[in-house]
Amino acid sequence: MAKTSMNDLRIPLRLGLIAGGISLGLSAIGMVALFGQRELVTNVLTLGEVILLAAPLLLAYMSARQAPEAKAISAILYGLITGIVAALPLVALIVAASTLDLRQFLPNVSPALIELLTFNQGVIAGSLILTGVFAATGVLAAIAYNLPDQIRSPLSSGLLWTLTIGLFSEILSNRLRAFFGSGINQILFDGKALNPFAALALFIVITVIAAFWGRRKETVQEQISSLPPARQRNLRLASIAAGVVLLLILPLILGTYLSEVINNVGIFALMGLGLNIVVGFAGLLDLGYVAFFAIGAYSMAVFTSNGSLGISDLTFWSALPFCVAISAFFGLMLGLPVLRMRGDYLAIVTLGFGEIIRILALSDMLKPVIGGAQGILQIPKPPFFGTSLVQPEQLYYVILAGCLLAAFVSWRLSESRLGRQWMAMREDEDVAEAMGITLVSTKLLAFSIGAAFSGLSGAIFASKLTSIFPHSFNLLISINVLSLIIVGGMGSLPGVVVGALILVGLPELLREFAEYRLLMYGALLIVMMLMKPEGFWPSAVRRRELRSDEDDFTEAGALANEAGD
Amino acid sequence: MKRTFIVLSALILAALVLSACGGGAAEFVCEDEIGCVDYAPGDPVRIASALVISGPNTDLGTDSQYGVEIAMEFREEILGHPIELQAEDDGCSAEGGQTAGQKIVSDPSIVAVVGTSCSGAGVPMSQVISDAGYVMVSPSNTAPSLTDPDQAFNPGYLRTAHNDKVQGRAMATFALEELGVTTAAAIHDGDPYTEGLARVFADSFEEMGGTIVDFTAVNKGDTDMRPVLTSVAAAGPPEFIYYPVFTAEGGFLTKQAKEVAGLEDATLAAADGMISDAALDAVGEAGEGMYFSGPDLSFSGAIYESFIAAYNDKYGTDPISVFHAHAFDAANMIFDCVEEVALQDEDGTLHVGRQAMRDCLYATSGFQGITGTLTCDEFGDCADPKISVSQIQGGEYVRIWP
Amino acid sequence: MELIPTPLNAESEMRAKLQDTDIIGIILWIFRAVILVLVVWGTIAALLDNPYSTRQWLDFIVFGIAQGSMYALIAIGYTLVYGVLFMINFAHGEFFMSGVMTATVFLAGPMAASGFLNRNPILSLLIITLVSMAVSVLVAVVTERIAYKPLRKAPRLVPLITAIGASFFWQYFFRGLFGSEVKPFPQLEILTGTIPFLGTDILKTHVVVIIVTIIMLVGLNFFIMRTKIGKAIRAVAEDKDVAALMGIDVDRTVTITFATGAAMAGVAGVLFALVFRQVHFFMGFIPGIKAFTAAVLGGIGSVPGAAIGGFFLGMFESVGPALFLEGLGIPAPHQLKDVIAFTMLVFVLIFRPQGILGERLSEEKA
Repeated sequence: MAKTSMNDLRIPLRLGLIAGGISLGLSAIGMVALFGQRELVTNVLTLGEVILLAAPLLLAYMSARQAPEAKAISAILYGLITGIVAALPLVALIVAASTLDLRQFLPNVSPALIELLTFNQGVIAGSLILTGVFAATGVLAAIAYNLPDQIRSPLSSGLLWTLTIGLFSEILSNRLRAFFGSGINQILFDGKALNPFAALALFIVITVIAAFWGRRKETVQEQISSLPPARQRNLRLASIAAGVVLLLILPLILGTYLSEVINNVGIFALMGLGLNIVVGFAGLLDLGYVAFFAIGAYSMAVFTSNGSLGISDLTFWSALPFCVAISAFFGLMLGLPVLRMRGDYLAIVTLGFGEIIRILALSDMLKPVIGGAQGILQIPKPPFFGTSLVQPEQLYYVILAGCLLAAFVSWRLSESRLGRQWMAMREDEDVAEAMGITLVSTKLLAFSIGAAFSGLSGAIFASKLTSIFPHSFNLLISINVLSLIIVGGMGSLPGVVVGALILVGLPELLREFAEYRLLMYGALLIVMMLMKPEGFWPSAVRRRELRSDEDDFTEAGALANEAGD
Repeated sequence: MKRTFIVLSALILAALVLSACGGGAAEFVCEDEIGCVDYAPGDPVRIASALVISGPNTDLGTDSQYGVEIAMEFREEILGHPIELQAEDDGCSAEGGQTAGQKIVSDPSIVAVVGTSCSGAGVPMSQVISDAGYVMVSPSNTAPSLTDPDQAFNPGYLRTAHNDKVQGRAMATFALEELGVTTAAAIHDGDPYTEGLARVFADSFEEMGGTIVDFTAVNKGDTDMRPVLTSVAAAGPPEFIYYPVFTAEGGFLTKQAKEVAGLEDATLAAADGMISDAALDAVGEAGEGMYFSGPDLSFSGAIYESFIAAYNDKYGTDPISVFHAHAFDAANMIFDCVEEVALQDEDGTLHVGRQAMRDCLYATSGFQGITGTLTCDEFGDCADPKISVSQIQGGEYVRIWP
Repeated sequence: MELIPTPLNAESEMRAKLQDTDIIGIILWIFRAVILVLVVWGTIAALLDNPYSTRQWLDFIVFGIAQGSMYALIAIGYTLVYGVLFMINFAHGEFFMSGVMTATVFLAGPMAASGFLNRNPILSLLIITLVSMAVSVLVAVVTERIAYKPLRKAPRLVPLITAIGASFFWQYFFRGLFGSEVKPFPQLEILTGTIPFLGTDILKTHVVVIIVTIIMLVGLNFFIMRTKIGKAIRAVAEDKDVAALMGIDVDRTVTITFATGAAMAGVAGVLFALVFRQVHFFMGFIPGIKAFTAAVLGGIGSVPGAAIGGFFLGMFESVGPALFLEGLGIPAPHQLKDVIAFTMLVFVLIFRPQGILGERLSEEKA
């Protein structure tokens, strides 16, 4: 018996070491120290402490789940061990930093970090406290595991929501002040973080609501599904109407700054809708999608600029169709040479195309036409019955209109003959061809419609920004757009919006962490693909594909193998 | 359910009423064309900064932000009100500048902005700031277009940094008159800053009678500079090569120039993008004897000494980049103008007219700052531009001209 | 014709292909002709008004070969992984960066400061290279274990996305770890200076790069063709299921493939540091993309192809701007070297869709 339990202890030891490694890594690259400056609850909790403790909490939970017997005590033991082991790498870091000059190699192992890790109590006492905190975290995770689900899930939603509200304190308090004056603000917030009492109250309220909802959710759903069909349809119409009204008054709720953020999200969502046609519907992997965004933006700039590079007096609205048409034409031109290429060859050639456009925009060769490194300035904002749409709240409607149009076109296309041809082509080009689908026109249509959406987005972008520089059109944009449709859910229209909110909106709100933005972005992509490869809001077809039995995958793998012969 | 709703509504109503009463009845009537910023007694006067405080150019922006913070510390208060800083990030990009601008103008309590760090961010941001009736003073934008009314100038934009036109011409003068070279080449990396500077240098150099044998470019991220340097050598070879680029590409150019046939004896020169400890490390021994143009940082005077002391005291280091003093001066120009134009009620409430702020800043004349005596022209160029040239001697930057 | 349901009807396929060829074929021919005319015209103009001496042309070629050597070493990692897993390992450039960054910060810097480096140059270089390889391999194996292995059976886009994610993750992880500044790599005294060769002087570092690359390529070829592990790699590349039936541990073989590619990248990292003498957290990204281009150019999946693709790409970048563009009177031609590289890629792929040495893959279900 003793032997087996010794053997089993490898699980918490291993998980503890992984947790410790993650916490150590986060500390060594400076995330813990930087995030430590952002308070969530005034004088109680910082974001740095949250990310430091996140790994031990999660992994202790996992280790409690693997505890041998169903007895609570063994789970708690596992949690405790995981917590203590997780603290060891950090203790080693503290000791090493106090004896060696680690900073000459690792600039982020700063005195501030060590202070944070030791709770400002010196090396020995600090290490003990740290170990204690980690152990307590492990035990807490194990206790949470042993709680019945009805209690655990409201508690965790209470915690998560309170932390989220704390994280966005500044923005929330700004909006609350705009609507309700500073009264509520002073009750809830203390500077840029939640007030401790308000945090506690919020936690309790949310937990209670979550518990209540958890119990009532099913009955409500049942009630809805037991309604007569006519009432159900009315309910659906009502919710759609509510959604439309919400979309229309959104800028009023959000105010200037958040409208600006939403506009950026919209610009990317519009591009995402276009790429969704190319990659999501037609299955053509395009890594140079930014090219068409750049072409749309530069067309708009050249047509409308009041500066020396402007070539015509067109307004935003009259230039828009030309910009879209030019982008679509370039989509066609790119499509032609790559018609015969598939998969990764297509990916690298399109990537190259994106880079070619960016370098040409930057080059001294085209400087007389499109401004080279100095870009194009003095692009007017869209005019509107005598005035011009200057404020983000006003531009919002232009972008919304563009997104709705693109979404409508995508939706109709996906249900059309052409849409089904794309999907057939995505599944198997040879079979599709044998079924009588003309690959040439089908592919070219996908490229040029996708390019047209991107051009539309670029044209609005140029007018919104009023000046464009080649640096705005780098490879990162292509990758970001591709990632957002995958994070949202390939081939799914709402997914595009969700993806854009996560990958464009969120980083904007967390700007002060911009240094680690791409690190978190990378980690998010990996975690996302491991946990939810179909995306946050998958299309029905795709969900079926990815959730169907594994045989399909092996078949695809075997096909790929055959191709390698 | 219903009861909760009623209670909630009552609470919200009560809050609304309370807040309405709390505002108090101001008898003051704002006569400013754009509008006024009001500060109740005890409320801080709020300014914003929009500097690059993330990404690869962090040092540039953080350094300037420290300058603003020290200016606030020295000033302590304006007409009995404390000063508060809202620090934003310009992201060193056009999009970042626009977003930061929108965030600032959504806060009506901000009276003026110190920013941006990068010219590319300054172009769209100056438009946002201008449209909203605010005013901004940049400590480090140097692009000529920003103060050119035919290009990107917007009312409400000023700067304490020098215009690139000055630096490019100064380097050309130095090369022709001090070094006595007659042929030169210029290389940029496609960055708006380096391209602008290289072009002004090349134009001035030719204007003053020199010959530009090659005006060419590399790409950011390039490592193998030998082909482009071979082309430069074949075109001349020039006696003098000016490449106002940043540390990474600059390091490659410096090390490889000595290895290209024909350029062994060419004089190398770069700009302030390569005046830093990291750049000194990057060029290594190959940089010995190389020249650098940049704003003259040999400030003196009692204020500067106490500034440096405060900087060291507060941040534990000597200044980490170039434009801290310019930011200090920008903040002080703003504070002076707030003091000058603010109307004060008896209870201490302040009213600052936005147009009055603008007028006051554009009228700045003979302002004694660390960076010199500042006088603004009608398009916002306020700098007292002093460009100096330094040289690496024995592994250190040594100022040699003027 | 479209009513015939069976995809195996060769005649209908042929006819469809022929119909396609008529329309696109002409356009593609025009495309080829335009590029050829531009290239030939540029070349003639450049040679008529030749500003360069023979020695400078030779220099361009040597620079191109040296740069191409590094591309080749990195490209091998792409090609090996592609051959086995049919995935683009976008993070491969970061394997290249991670090793040499770590070795520079912990070893080369302190060694140079203490004078050890120039007293024992060979030993130091050996240690630096080994550490660089070890770190690259470690990063590669961790990446494979976490981000690729669980997705072996997922659709093709999924591992591509995790690879992109891993690339960003490692870049900014190492940036956080070692800081964002450029790190100087010390100059070795024995590698300073030039060696006369065929009327020009070649830098000693370039000689080292070219020789080491050739040795590594020959060694790798031996490893793949002659050793047992190499045979296992080839078997897994041919057919995973059959390989598994033959008693080959597929997972282990895949890991070894990643490790081999990463080891080559680790060596390439040190060569890069020797030639350019500075390292940076972003240094892997662009060479990574270039090497991937090289791998496709040479024919992805083929090891000699990757080597040839690398040399070609280095040559296009080095010689191309002077030879093709300068004669056309284009300002700042070296700014456009990537345009040349990518245009050549498209050009080659139109003539030979499978790349220079590749098997006929691109039109198949790759």
